[in-house]
Amino acid sequence: MIEAPPPAVAPVQKTSATRRKLMIAVRGLTKAIEAQKILRGVDLDVATGETLVIIGRSGGGKSVLLKHLVGLMQPDDGEIWIEGENILGLSERKLADIRRKVGILFQSGALFDSMTVEENIAFPLHEAGERDTEAIRKRVDEMLEVVELEGQHDKMPVNLSGGMKKRVGLARSIVRRPSVVLYDEPTAGLDPVVSDSINRLIRRLQERFHVTSVVVTHDMKSAFHIADHIAYLHEGQIYFYGTSVELQQSTDPLLQDFLLGRSECGV
Amino acid sequence: MTRFFTAIGAAVISLLTYVGELVVLGVATFGSIFTQKLRWRLFLDQIVEIGLRSQLVVVITGAFTGAVFAAQTFFQFNKLGMGSAVGAVVSVSICRELGPVLTALMVTGRVGASMSAEIGTMKVTEQIDALRALAVHPIDYLVVPRALGMMVSMPLLVAECIGVGIAAGYAVAIGLLEVNGTYYMANMVRWTQMRDIVMALSKAFCFALLIVFISCHKGLTTREGAVGVGRATTQAVVDSSLAVLIFNFFMTMGLNIVFPAGYQ
Ligand SMILES: Nc1ncnc2c1ncn2[C@@H]1O[C@H](COP(=O)(O)OP(=O)(O)OP(=O)(O)O)[C@@H](O)[C@H]1O
Ligand SMILES: [Mg+2]
Repeated sequence: MIEAPPPAVAPVQKTSATRRKLMIAVRGLTKAIEAQKILRGVDLDVATGETLVIIGRSGGGKSVLLKHLVGLMQPDDGEIWIEGENILGLSERKLADIRRKVGILFQSGALFDSMTVEENIAFPLHEAGERDTEAIRKRVDEMLEVVELEGQHDKMPVNLSGGMKKRVGLARSIVRRPSVVLYDEPTAGLDPVVSDSINRLIRRLQERFHVTSVVVTHDMKSAFHIADHIAYLHEGQIYFYGTSVELQQSTDPLLQDFLLGRSECGV
Repeated sequence: MTRFFTAIGAAVISLLTYVGELVVLGVATFGSIFTQKLRWRLFLDQIVEIGLRSQLVVVITGAFTGAVFAAQTFFQFNKLGMGSAVGAVVSVSICRELGPVLTALMVTGRVGASMSAEIGTMKVTEQIDALRALAVHPIDYLVVPRALGMMVSMPLLVAECIGVGIAAGYAVAIGLLEVNGTYYMANMVRWTQMRDIVMALSKAFCFALLIVFISCHKGLTTREGAVGVGRATTQAVVDSSLAVLIFNFFMTMGLNIVFPAGYQ
């Protein structure tokens, strides 16, 4: 079943033609929900160990794209390769193997609201068969420290602020040390100091554990800080793909507007 | 006229689709029960939730049904001088029909509704996606413990309802209506057979499956926020109740061939 994904088509590798070992390869992904065409042929490569930042207008389909990468949504057409394995058409049980490798942080946090913070973070460990409560406890403490929520073990998700939920969700998605992490707006709603520490965390995971990251964000400062590559999703396609420097030097009016936060083309 | 048939056709197709989806869910659940590791803690939680927390409802339902049924039967039978036959009538009807059906309806309202609301809320708040993303199959985690909990609890609840109903009938007939206790008991024991109890428990088991699969299915297919959860919950209760009543008729007719009612 394991074949190499077909070579990427333009515009994906136009700007960085070096051959890289691919962790994620997306080809011609299209998705319509009801009559709305959300993705119209997305091509995207993520090399092993790199951090790709996806930016784009609100409602542009970034969250939908991330959900496709772990098989939570089924595309109408196209291919998704994770470590050389095409995940489309895999059954829910087969997908579980992929999902053990790929963690995802939901935009909403998606915490289990009947469980405490501690139980939420311990959940993936329990499910992985870990039974040593002492080890779990230690790991949870460690994760809470990483996301700067020490001592919040027993709070219920309803009693957390938006930013805290986000960070608990983040802790839950990386607690099992997946080799790929998809972050849906990890720093949205966080104060600048915590945002910065989350950005450092993403960097640190990459440097220390060679985690491959895909980060959806509206926060351009953190995008430039963490990205090896940046992809701009526009009208269901990858409109731009390149490094931070290439993006900043781009003279494309659409990108300029986005970077400068202007609402009308060139006005 | 064609419009009419198109409408009927559409209704039939959607009913068949619905039944098909329920069957698929049922098959997947039993598949999971036999092939996946059971989460004991969740299963025991469900037994507490379904079995233990339904005690009051089931006891009251059983007691007052048994009591009123004994009284009504007595008012009729006493005119014929058959007051002591009330025990047999009460016990056989409670075993065969009233116990299973009323327990199922009460459990639908209490447990089915909360199942669909809980799972539905998890669906609309992306918690089910979060489960899936953490490599946990929602059927293993959500449906299996509830299905097993129901399969274990329902027969016990029905048995309890029947026991309480018969006892209440006895109390009313002997205590209030002054029927002869010895004859009452003798008739009851003579006319109530093992097969009546087997029938009660088989019905309980089937109703458990109907309620749990309909409720979980409604929860898992919930859409559109709080309104959707409300709608799913209502539909789960309505559909489960109707399914119980309809199934009950066919099970009575079918089981009556295997376990005929009455003295032989
Ligand atoms: N389950 C769904 N059913 C119907 N439409 C959906 C669903 N999920 C997403 N959409 C639609 O898909 C489009 C893209 O949504 P998505 O959440 O991916 O946007 P986004 O790029 O993540 O935006 P934001 O930056 O605001 O998070 C939106 O128009 C949204 O209405
Ligand atoms: Mg989004």
